[in-house]
Amino acid sequence: MNSAKNSVMRNLGIIFKRELAGYFATPLAYVFIVIFLVMSGIFTFDLGGFYVRGQADLMPFFSFHPWLYLFMIPAIAMGLWADERKSGTIELLMTLPVKLSDVVLGKFLAAWVLSGLALLLTFPIWITVNYLGSPDNGVIVAAYLGSWLMAGGFLAIGSCMSAMTRNSVIAFILTVAICFVFVASGSEIVLNAFGWAPQIMVDAIAALSFLTHFDSISKGVLDIRDILFFVVFIGSWLFASAIVIEIKKAN
Amino acid sequence: MIEISHLTKKFDSFTAVDDLSFTVAEGEVLGFLGPNGAGKSTTMKVITGFLAPTAGSVTVCGHDISTDPIAVKSLIGYLPEGAPCYPDMTVLEFLDFIADIRGFHGEEKKQSIARVVQQVELGEVCHKTIDTLSKGFKRRVGLAQAIIHNPKVLILDEPTDGLDPNQKHHVRQLIRNLARDRIVIISTHILEEVSAVCTRAIIIAAGRIVADGTPKELEARSRYNGAVSIQLTQEFDLYGALESVTEVVAVEESDEERRRYTIVPAAGKQIFNKMLERVQGEQWPVAEFHLVEGLLEDYFRSVTQGASLSAHAQRRERQSNSEQQV
Ligand SMILES: Nc1ncnc2c1ncn2[C@@H]1O[C@H](COP(=O)(O)OP(=O)(O)O)[C@@H](O)[C@H]1O
Ligand SMILES: [Mg+2]
Repeated sequence: MNSAKNSVMRNLGIIFKRELAGYFATPLAYVFIVIFLVMSGIFTFDLGGFYVRGQADLMPFFSFHPWLYLFMIPAIAMGLWADERKSGTIELLMTLPVKLSDVVLGKFLAAWVLSGLALLLTFPIWITVNYLGSPDNGVIVAAYLGSWLMAGGFLAIGSCMSAMTRNSVIAFILTVAICFVFVASGSEIVLNAFGWAPQIMVDAIAALSFLTHFDSISKGVLDIRDILFFVVFIGSWLFASAIVIEIKKAN
Repeated sequence: MIEISHLTKKFDSFTAVDDLSFTVAEGEVLGFLGPNGAGKSTTMKVITGFLAPTAGSVTVCGHDISTDPIAVKSLIGYLPEGAPCYPDMTVLEFLDFIADIRGFHGEEKKQSIARVVQQVELGEVCHKTIDTLSKGFKRRVGLAQAIIHNPKVLILDEPTDGLDPNQKHHVRQLIRNLARDRIVIISTHILEEVSAVCTRAIIIAAGRIVADGTPKELEARSRYNGAVSIQLTQEFDLYGALESVTEVVAVEESDEERRRYTIVPAAGKQIFNKMLERVQGEQWPVAEFHLVEGLLEDYFRSVTQGASLSAHAQRRERQSNSEQQV
């Protein structure tokens, strides 16, 4: 009947399904997708000078993603754990026969798939650029992949921050703040400010930034080290989430 | 069988559960009693694997909660305090989720959901969002998820809290029906509930067991066991009339009602018939006359007030001792 027969994947899948359905049970998923699409449009066509540049690529589209994610992703991550704590359902969830790792991963994957869905729905922009010119579609696919990986990085931070508090607004603010550090640390301004420091330190700061890794992927360079960076980054923050949940669940 | 051995749970330096040991056997319905803050919920959270014990062990049907939590969790059905459920799901979606997690598939899953919907009478709200349900229905949804897998062990934290009398009656009946061949632990501070559904009661105060026995046994330990309550119609020297009766140790005048007296017998003595004879034989001016009720409540008060005070005092003493040593 129950117990040992349940494979790990089965429980993970059940949690994933519930969480994803949860996004669509409230207007959250729709609001997220619509705003994401509108903002992408504004950034690309208006601010990014898509037409003015006269080049058939999606650089203006992708280069805004880190800044778009900075405010969009925390919105879908903030409730991951904070809401469970607030409503008390965390006690229900953690006394069901599921492993914490399945729950952490299942929740993360649901949010990640939602962000991926929003990303996929930007395909008209891709069609437009193919209609207007002949872009390198390999580069665009790589950039989409890189963007999605980066969204995962933001989400993993959000999962951990959401585990810290029962108040989802606080989780949102914490997530934005920490994500900002990981985005900004690769920007020219921050790196120039460290001009006095030894090169190795500047490189280390840049190496931790989403921008550094995302830039090369979005130029079509699928370096395994950049992919590995995001995978390890996501894994570490999810591991931290599990620890924080264990410590904080009772409060 | 649940075996709890020297269980202690601390929150920082505060001891919520203090060296608790007891076992519960199959077929028992254990009422877990105690004033607010006694540590009932904390104990249940440790048994169900939500909280890790600070010290001591819990085994459920041979599985240790610390080393084999998943096995223990699959054996237990648990209704946490306040019956938390996912507010955005409909009742059926929620039960479907729980049934999935409990390992049910296909036809078997459908049947178990249909069974609990019928058992706790959720039919009319099946398709409603849990958020929109009344407190009573939410509680029933919580109960439904706890029993969906026919658990060997059922742990219910204040299952009737906030329900109206009809709903309370219904939930108690449900618990009685479920009790066969199972272990049931319910926490409550409603004492009539214990007499109504439990085969055994443990009273805890300040994290420690202060009494353990059947409800009848605990009632018998009340000072008022066998006491007679009497309502006089006019002034009458009850003290004088009873002075020479050795079985009576005290006559107490009520603060709440005029001319209401309680005649307290010596421990283990029955005085009702004797009093009845004298009331009739000597034509006492009596309006009404009955055996005192609420014995469990009286016993509960006497053990929890004393115990929590003395336990806290001891703890303070221990603390100040250790401070002095530092
Ligand atoms: N997470 C927690 N952190 C600190 N103290 C707690 C926590 N949970 C419970 N307590 C304290 O432990 C004591 C026992 O609580 P509880 O088990 O909920 O009591 P009961 O269910 O018997 O009313 C209370 O004094 C409560 O304040
Ligand atoms: Mg409680």
